[in-house]
Amino acid sequence: MRRPASSAVDRHAVRRRLHSRRKTTNVVALLLSLAAMAFGLFWLVWILVETVRLGLGGMSWSLFTEMTPPPQADSGGLANAIFGSLAMVSLATLLGTPIGMLAGIYLAEYGRTGPLGIATRFINDILLSAPSIVIGLFIYSVVVARTGSFSGLAGVLALTLIVIPVVIRTTENMLMLIPDSLREAAYALGTPKWRVIVTLTLKAARAGVVTGVLLAFARIMGETAPLLFTALSNQFWTSDMTRPMASLPVTIFKFAMSPYANWQQLAWAGVFLITVGVLLLNILARALFRARS
Amino acid sequence: MNARADIATMEKTKLAVRNLSFHYGGFQALKNITLDIPQNKVTAFIGPSGCGKSTLLRTFNRMFELYPEQRAEGEVLLDGVDLLTSKDDVSLIRARIGMVFQKATPFPMSIYDNVAFGIRLFESLSRVEMDERVEAALRHAALWDEVKDKLGQGGASLSGGQQQRLCIARGIAVRPEVLLLDEPCSALDPISTAKIEELIHDLKREYTVVIVTHNMQQAARCSDYTAYMYLGDLVEFGPTSEVFMRPSKRDTEDYITGRFG
Repeated sequence: MRRPASSAVDRHAVRRRLHSRRKTTNVVALLLSLAAMAFGLFWLVWILVETVRLGLGGMSWSLFTEMTPPPQADSGGLANAIFGSLAMVSLATLLGTPIGMLAGIYLAEYGRTGPLGIATRFINDILLSAPSIVIGLFIYSVVVARTGSFSGLAGVLALTLIVIPVVIRTTENMLMLIPDSLREAAYALGTPKWRVIVTLTLKAARAGVVTGVLLAFARIMGETAPLLFTALSNQFWTSDMTRPMASLPVTIFKFAMSPYANWQQLAWAGVFLITVGVLLLNILARALFRARS
Repeated sequence: MNARADIATMEKTKLAVRNLSFHYGGFQALKNITLDIPQNKVTAFIGPSGCGKSTLLRTFNRMFELYPEQRAEGEVLLDGVDLLTSKDDVSLIRARIGMVFQKATPFPMSIYDNVAFGIRLFESLSRVEMDERVEAALRHAALWDEVKDKLGQGGASLSGGQQQRLCIARGIAVRPEVLLLDEPCSALDPISTAKIEELIHDLKREYTVVIVTHNMQQAARCSDYTAYMYLGDLVEFGPTSEVFMRPSKRDTEDYITGRFG
């Protein structure tokens, strides 16, 4: 039985007790979350330090000008892998962005409640979390197995399938952030729906959508599994998309597992390149998003 | 009661509401409303929250059609032609009946483009003509002097009161016949409110104005006719002076004297 705090002095004492208990809880919770952050940061910093330590040594001009070498060669670079990665990743982003944006626009502006919208959203969620190796094997069975050869194009298709759900999700989310009051104001002027979307909501959500595309680009830059079964690799330079094509992640995979020192060194250099590239893209995306919103 | 009816019939009716009912899903928000809104006058809708005054306003430009669970039954006649069953594209109806909302909603573009946006939908004007139209709309909305040197700036950079006048400028730039104002001053300070009230007074020379307001004094100050609504019913409608000085219903009197609501 607690005595009801009747006087102002009593009430003050009760509040003070409550306040000091809350303060303790606050400090404990704060310490726990700081510890969790330190745990995560520890591994991240370690990974970055190792990448820089082992990768920086391999930085040289020949990395960008020479082809992947045979084992135990004196020279060699990653030129064909860098080009292959950039070509396939760019093409996949170019293909996946319009499809993803159109679907995202549909979900946010037309299919918010309808059965088609709900089904699309559900399937997209599954696609978004599908392991990339599943997508690689899928393209292997429907493209590589049928055409009878590994090809850059098959790699592009696999990467496109990874880009699309990411772009759908960000486009939809960014459009949903635009308040309905803005749409209503535009409709009230007699604006047709397509024009509301093209000139207003999409424009207002532009920074977020571009950020999503950049992040999708960064994401597929490091994907290995979908390329392993599709583009395979190529130790020579090729810009012919119907032939097997080298890429940074697959080259890293191959070289890092090898017993040859020169290949291992190149693998680390490739890891460094990808890490720095993805980091820069992330910073760019953040800066862009902040500047526009 | 007869005298009042006579005054009302002297006016030309712009919008005639006939047996209008409105449903949000299973909830009936308007019950068989019949009402004549006179041309070139300011008509105020007053009543406690949830009485249906904004709902009624949103049937006039068929805004409710954006939401599939909302539906209206009855007629809303604009110059004698029913809007709700009109074969015209809804965009054309909305171009004739403009609307300004409670929350100012400048578009994410320059002040100039905000005003030009609606004009571009229906007319293709030369640069010079467009400049004139934009200036005229901004002058009409009593905003020109404050923004004439920064037309290229974003609409969101203006103060709340200026943003609301920008929305009014955007609405009248399209040259509608009716202007619907949904609590346009509820988020504004007294000075901005006074400016908009003056503006409303000027607007009725060219437009038929319908305003929803929670502010009794505002209704008394700037409207010619007042409709008092309660729980989806139109309780009383007549010249503002009559409704405020000699309300015929006890409910109306209680509300406007602040005994409830």
